[in-house]
Amino acid sequence: MPSLGADMEAGTLVQWLKRPGDQVKRGDIIAIVDTQKGAIEIEVFEDGAIEKILVEPGTKVPVGTVLAAIHGAEQPGPKAPGLHIPAPATRTRVSPVAKKLAADLGVDLHAVRGTGPEGAITREDVERAAAHAAAPGPKGPALQPPGLQPPSGARPDMRAAIAAAMARSKREIPHYYLSTTIDMSAALTWLRAENEKRSIADRLLAIALLVKAVALGLREVPELNGHWVDGAFRKGAGIHVGCAIALRGGGLVAPAVHDADQQPVGAMMRAISDLVARARAGSLRSSELADPTITVTNLGEQGIDAAFGIIYPPQVALVGFGRVAERPWVVAGQVQPRPLITATLAADHRASDGHRGGLLLAAIDRLLQTPEQL
Amino acid sequence: MTADDLRNVIVGTLRRIAPEIDPSSIRPGVSFRDQLDLDSMDFLNFVLALHDKLGVEIPESDYPRLYTLDGAIAYLSAKTG
Repeated sequence: MPSLGADMEAGTLVQWLKRPGDQVKRGDIIAIVDTQKGAIEIEVFEDGAIEKILVEPGTKVPVGTVLAAIHGAEQPGPKAPGLHIPAPATRTRVSPVAKKLAADLGVDLHAVRGTGPEGAITREDVERAAAHAAAPGPKGPALQPPGLQPPSGARPDMRAAIAAAMARSKREIPHYYLSTTIDMSAALTWLRAENEKRSIADRLLAIALLVKAVALGLREVPELNGHWVDGAFRKGAGIHVGCAIALRGGGLVAPAVHDADQQPVGAMMRAISDLVARARAGSLRSSELADPTITVTNLGEQGIDAAFGIIYPPQVALVGFGRVAERPWVVAGQVQPRPLITATLAADHRASDGHRGGLLLAAIDRLLQTPEQL
Repeated sequence: MTADDLRNVIVGTLRRIAPEIDPSSIRPGVSFRDQLDLDSMDFLNFVLALHDKLGVEIPESDYPRLYTLDGAIAYLSAKTG
């Protein structure tokens, strides 16, 4: 059971799409798993043949459980797809703070899975368990394949997962915040002209340009692209931009556009549009949720001027965009009405300093002035 | 197509995008975005679906004419003859 984000601790196997003996290639979707984020398509990590299925549909298992054995092409022994976490030690280790908190919150420590060193139960684990226990109302339908599932946003367990991740972020990450105002005239003029040439299905929205500008800007400031793990920054293997998508009825997911810096804007637009559609239908893929290296949130649709976000751990930065609004702007000594947008950065001060963060916002501004090169 | 036919097509399209919509509650003169919580991606999908269903070309500069139910019926009546 792969981890699909810092806030996930277990998933329910819904359906196998492959049978023992089937050949699989890296990236193939082999199973569907129900999580707090809705039904997720699980991709296999390596080539080979399914040797044995170890978790039957309908079973809820913790992150790290081996779901199936794959007989690899080049390696003789059975290998497990997904993240491999050692089984918790038989004697449960609990930090003193966690023990006290568990007593205060009435959490049964035997039912808590530890994520600390050697499976130790930490304060975060207890808080997560308490949040789960407190989640009111019925659970979403756990065993329906995607497509039959109602919008997953209303799920109380998703609320609890967001609560746990955001509380952890605010507790652990020393955020700093920056903002800048960007003139969008060039970008929007280019977009209008471009859309006149394009068929309806290929038309672009400004978000495609914004995400591309963020991705290219990150090439210049790589210390904002990656994860903070075990007390150190790990640079992202690629620039995978998580796009915050609001779900109907509440809730939020931020799946990744992979290698966003390498996508032409047309492909970027299709990728975002596809993510939005699948996020709302409940059919995201495991890699999209597991590996964003930064998040972009665009709350301008709600008419707000600026969004100062909370970093999604273990990421180290989040870029927010407000709405585009016509406002007075001074150009060559003259006040002119211009479409302006406020771009913000929330960044982890352990991984970067405000000066470097400022360079990212400056790069985004500069890149948006030559939209034809995005 | 009659105005009623168009109304059905438009409302059916909206319901595929936002399944929770109650068709009887749509106020014809108020923008869809304001009353149905649609974002720009939803609106793009709305325009695309109307194009596919009715076979009409809809340039981006005409999008504002599709913002309300009344506006969309008038615009599409003229387009579909």
